[in-house]
Amino acid sequence: MGRMTELPTKGGFSFDLCTRNDMLLKNGLQMPPFRKTGTTIVGLVFQDGVVLGADTRATEGPIVADKNFEKIHFMAPNIYCCGAGTAADTEAVTDMVSSQLQLHRYATGRESRVVTALTLLKSHLFSYQGHVSAALVLGGFDVTGPHLHTVYPHGSTDTLPFATMGSGSLAAMSVFESKYREGLTREEGIELVAEAICAGIFNDLGSGSNVDVCVITEGKTEYLRNYQLPNPRTYISSKGYTFVKGQTEVLSTKITSIQPKVEAVEGGDAMEE
Amino acid sequence: MENKLSGFGLDPTGVERRTFLEEGESSPKQSLYSLSLSASLYLACFHLLSLKLGFILLLLSIYKMDLDLSAPHSTGTTIIGVTYNGGVVLGADSRTSTGMYVANRASDKITELTDNVYVCRSGSAADTQVISDYVRYFLHQHTIQLGQPATVKVAANLVRLLSYQNKNMLQAGVIVGGWDKYEGGQIYSVPLGGTILRQPFSIGGSGSSYLYGFFDQAWKEDMTHEEAEQLVVKAASLAMARDGASGGVVRTVTINAEGVTRKFYGGDTLPLWHDELEPTNSLLDLLSSSVPEPMST
Repeated sequence: MGRMTELPTKGGFSFDLCTRNDMLLKNGLQMPPFRKTGTTIVGLVFQDGVVLGADTRATEGPIVADKNFEKIHFMAPNIYCCGAGTAADTEAVTDMVSSQLQLHRYATGRESRVVTALTLLKSHLFSYQGHVSAALVLGGFDVTGPHLHTVYPHGSTDTLPFATMGSGSLAAMSVFESKYREGLTREEGIELVAEAICAGIFNDLGSGSNVDVCVITEGKTEYLRNYQLPNPRTYISSKGYTFVKGQTEVLSTKITSIQPKVEAVEGGDAMEE
Repeated sequence: MENKLSGFGLDPTGVERRTFLEEGESSPKQSLYSLSLSASLYLACFHLLSLKLGFILLLLSIYKMDLDLSAPHSTGTTIIGVTYNGGVVLGADSRTSTGMYVANRASDKITELTDNVYVCRSGSAADTQVISDYVRYFLHQHTIQLGQPATVKVAANLVRLLSYQNKNMLQAGVIVGGWDKYEGGQIYSVPLGGTILRQPFSIGGSGSSYLYGFFDQAWKEDMTHEEAEQLVVKAASLAMARDGASGGVVRTVTINAEGVTRKFYGGDTLPLWHDELEPTNSLLDLLSSSVPEPMST
């Protein structure tokens, strides 16, 4: 028969635009800098569970791209993950593992465990040999208790009672190292996390804006978005901003009316299955 | 990024069964059955690791992304393994560094492969963690199929196969140590490149440079358990005093016929060497009301 055989759709990355990109670069195009989360992210284990914290600044080179970016990502109802590094990478990898965890929950009929999320993340990141720039603080509470892990872009992991990542990690770690102890209460844990994030916000240029906190305990998760707002706009004009007509100079005017190109037929055939 | 595919030129049909029968191999109990199992695991791990990694890296080497990433997470490290009359003692420091920053000051570099075999990891943290995970998985299957605990030699050879086959992509220097009923306590060194060498004692990591002379002088055959443990702790603390990439606490694992014992030596219990001072007016002591208990793993 003269029928063209259908090629099966190829998966994977399409390299079609790579030569075009090379040509554009040669002609002097400036590639847009990718949005990074300069970031301070922290986590600590307290007596009833885990507290995660993050700042909310997303940067594109020297510019603040987003002043209130959510860095604490949902993985499972009992597991959350803070992400530092390239924003696209952290979003994509946490979304992907979150979906995989949900499918796993349906298959097993059980609540997800933190080590499952950890293994999925570390094997994905290792196979990309560090090119997926995602540094994560993963925390949660499952049947085996509270867990806190850090995951590095090359795929190595650490299990710790308190952890910090991102450009502001040194500032936040200094707060943890001086004030952390075992058996903190919930209020003490949240206060310590907020203090550590503030240290990152005020001392690191890549971190700023507000503090997000997430508290995960047995059976209950509280996502405290914008728990602290230590950087309000200091001056807001009381008169407000008005834009008077005539302030912008009009150079030329052209009016084109919209022509309908499609004729609508009244009373066509009824929809059939 | 250099072409990382040249490690895959090995012909899988050229499996050398001989590699499991090294010099000194005298136990008649190591049947051909267990050898062939090991060979099939060898093929499995070759395909598993190399194909997956190879394909991904092929794609990445075509589309090179020049990202300025922070330094890979590596274990600067001092790792030590010694045999004594009755088993082995493995020891390590606890510092994991990312460039000049200490990412984890209390990490555990001695990882379990099976009940009776442990491995000390040095080099890239990601690479050694993945190797340990693969080998733990293979050994678990091997133990089920064999019907008895795996021997240290098989465990060490599985590590060595992964290390050698992927030598262009991995940065992993490990010491495998354990106890089995055929050969007793054994230490196998698997440094960068994938050599395997059985030794009465072995040192590795960046801090080991400072210990070669020490061990030449202090090592003796047929020590007791206490002597071996003291030797390991003393050596680790000497290396930690001189090597910037090693530090923190000393962890040891003893493996013998009775089982496995883990010990922890906090920084304040370690001896002070030349020019090291006692901490005075430490803010850590002044600020906290009580000395916190070390975390239990």
